[in-house]
Amino acid sequence: MEMLSGGDMLVRSLQDQGVEYVFGYPGGSALHIYDAIFRNKAVKHILVRHEQAATHAADGYARVTGKAGVVLVTSGPGATNAITGIATAYMDSTPMVVISGQVPSEKIGEDAFQETDMVGVSRPIVKHSFLVKDPAEIPEIVKKAFYIAETGRPGPVVIDVPKDVTSPAETFPYEYPKKVKIRSYFPAEKGHSGQIKKAIQLLLEARRPVIYSGGGVVLGDASKQLRELARKLNYPVTNTLMGLGAFPGTDKQFLGMLGMHGTFEANTAMHHADVILAIGARFDDRVTNTPEKFCPGAKIIHIDIDPASISKTIQADIPIVGSVQSVLNEMLELLAQSKESPDEQALADWWQQIEDWRGRHGLYTKNRFEETGQIKPQEVIQALHEVTGGDAIITSDVGQHQMFTAQYYHFNRPRQWVNSGGLGTMGFGLPAAMGAQFAERDQQVVCVTGEGSIQMCIQELSTCTQYHLPVKIICLNNQALGMVRQWQDLHYDGRYSESLYEESLPDFEKLMEAYGHVGIKVTERSELKSKLEECFAMKDRVVFMDIYVDQSEHVYPMQVAPNGAMRDMWLSKTERT
Amino acid sequence: MSEKQSKRIISLLMENAPGALSRVVGLFSQRGYNIETLNVAPTDDASLSRLTLTTIGSEHNIEQITKNLNKLIDVVKLVDLTEGSHIERELMLVKVKATGALREEVKRCVDIFRGQIVDVTSTVYTIQIVGASDKLDAFVQAVSDAQILEVVRSGVSGIARGEKVLSL
Repeated sequence: MEMLSGGDMLVRSLQDQGVEYVFGYPGGSALHIYDAIFRNKAVKHILVRHEQAATHAADGYARVTGKAGVVLVTSGPGATNAITGIATAYMDSTPMVVISGQVPSEKIGEDAFQETDMVGVSRPIVKHSFLVKDPAEIPEIVKKAFYIAETGRPGPVVIDVPKDVTSPAETFPYEYPKKVKIRSYFPAEKGHSGQIKKAIQLLLEARRPVIYSGGGVVLGDASKQLRELARKLNYPVTNTLMGLGAFPGTDKQFLGMLGMHGTFEANTAMHHADVILAIGARFDDRVTNTPEKFCPGAKIIHIDIDPASISKTIQADIPIVGSVQSVLNEMLELLAQSKESPDEQALADWWQQIEDWRGRHGLYTKNRFEETGQIKPQEVIQALHEVTGGDAIITSDVGQHQMFTAQYYHFNRPRQWVNSGGLGTMGFGLPAAMGAQFAERDQQVVCVTGEGSIQMCIQELSTCTQYHLPVKIICLNNQALGMVRQWQDLHYDGRYSESLYEESLPDFEKLMEAYGHVGIKVTERSELKSKLEECFAMKDRVVFMDIYVDQSEHVYPMQVAPNGAMRDMWLSKTERT
Repeated sequence: MSEKQSKRIISLLMENAPGALSRVVGLFSQRGYNIETLNVAPTDDASLSRLTLTTIGSEHNIEQITKNLNKLIDVVKLVDLTEGSHIERELMLVKVKATGALREEVKRCVDIFRGQIVDVTSTVYTIQIVGASDKLDAFVQAVSDAQILEVVRSGVSGIARGEKVLSL
């Protein structure tokens, strides 16, 4: 059997696991591992400029490929810098394996240089974690880490590796396990057949049904099944922020996103529904508004792989624990055999009602903003959609630009939309775009951001230079923290406490130039499209579009909170439902 | 969702590994649940520890607690003992000031509660009582005339009645 040191075993295990890229940053406790990386030819290491970006890049890579993203950082500050990205991955259930160097075993607990209890610090935001005690355990721990990260409800797994464990001084027999078994871990697969039958029965009896699907459909690769089910029943579909793309955004059965900034028709249809089929969605507080007022007349079928997500905030009438793909397949089979079909008249009336709502507000059918004065952020996203043919992989940061992108870039396929939904991490967009670009070298990758968010991980422009990553950055520059400013308008009588940049913003064009990229400033509506076309014509360059947009614009619809129901929304600064 | 609060005894087997206990305890603080008592010790299987905790919450809380505990990779098996008939025991050591007439009275009280005096000085009794938590509470109440110097309770441990076992 091959004899390898701990460090070499670690990197070799990654290779044998099929890992293409490791996003990381070296440092003292990780140096044996980095030496092993130097020797290894199969696993490519991507040197970021900050450990937070390593985790976001791995996250972007994971969301686009469905495979675990891999991160390597050193102990202490390297590990703590990774925390925000791990929490981001945890909240959005991204599969990720984070390897952190640790001070030598005999120094643990002595407050050694760059020592942090990484297992302790990361505990509430990981699916699981390992502290390696013995080099011989490395292959099995790596195998387990990937197995846990990628199966069931995915999530981040930390492997903390003391420096002595990776020492080149000693070698051990190496074999990468083919299979791994964990006696306490059995992720759900098949749903309960009796429950699925009951669900079909209820679905067929529905008169005002809505399919509410979430990120689980993307993670569980069940977009095909969702589309089939929706077609077969001709039921309306709404997606959560995390679920966008799982159902085509341009489809006539699609009601748009639901929730705090969801469409009028999606939120209103949910409120009046008699049966809601929730698939891989978790009734997040940004979806339900006030739980006590949530969809008063609806019976709820809830399919989720995580039993703890079911009846957490909203009681399910028919809970089904299982992988969404497996459960939907079983539902489709049952439907194919069933002689019953939905009440056509009831469904026709329901669609009539929905079309009426859609026509009345019509975020999707007409412009909800005036094309006068300064460029409106919404029209930038519409133009972006047009110029990229709706086909680009879009990452975003957090704030108004994120919501405008979710509303106006009609995603037609899963894994096309990469954003930090659960944690809401500013600084996510650019590194996530890098990870996405590594995952899909031939795809156009675009990061939609704001002048606030981009400055939280702007150092990664240098990483883009090093690895020739031609991501396009669309910055909706409103010279303010737009969403904060919006809330200050709505709830604090326009007192803009610390949300304005005054005259402090950098000259982004010059900044891009300094990094070897291209910056284009746009201030006039008339040149928006042509400048965007110019941007996307530069296939092999990073281009930063600094687009000045109307600072006073708010994201609408916006659910009324606190104490509002799904249907209670502001539709503009003056109209309320 | 019923908001009625009840006391539950949750007993689980977990990997006898470093960090396992902190994951269980951390879950409670992280999700805002209460731990009333906690008791952990190895079992006949050296790879497993048995952890028993009591918590107070609504049906909905308890359901979430058990679901989230089950999600922890280090938790191998779990049972809510309060769902069936079970035996609940807790051990308490109490140090009481016992002088003069009180000396006899405390002794009588210990007998009534079937406790034992396990250490004696001229002024102090150290008493051991075993039973369900409310019996221990009742004893503390009963000797409240005497001056209680120190109370040590082990936390509840429990086991199901009859054939039911919690094992691999």
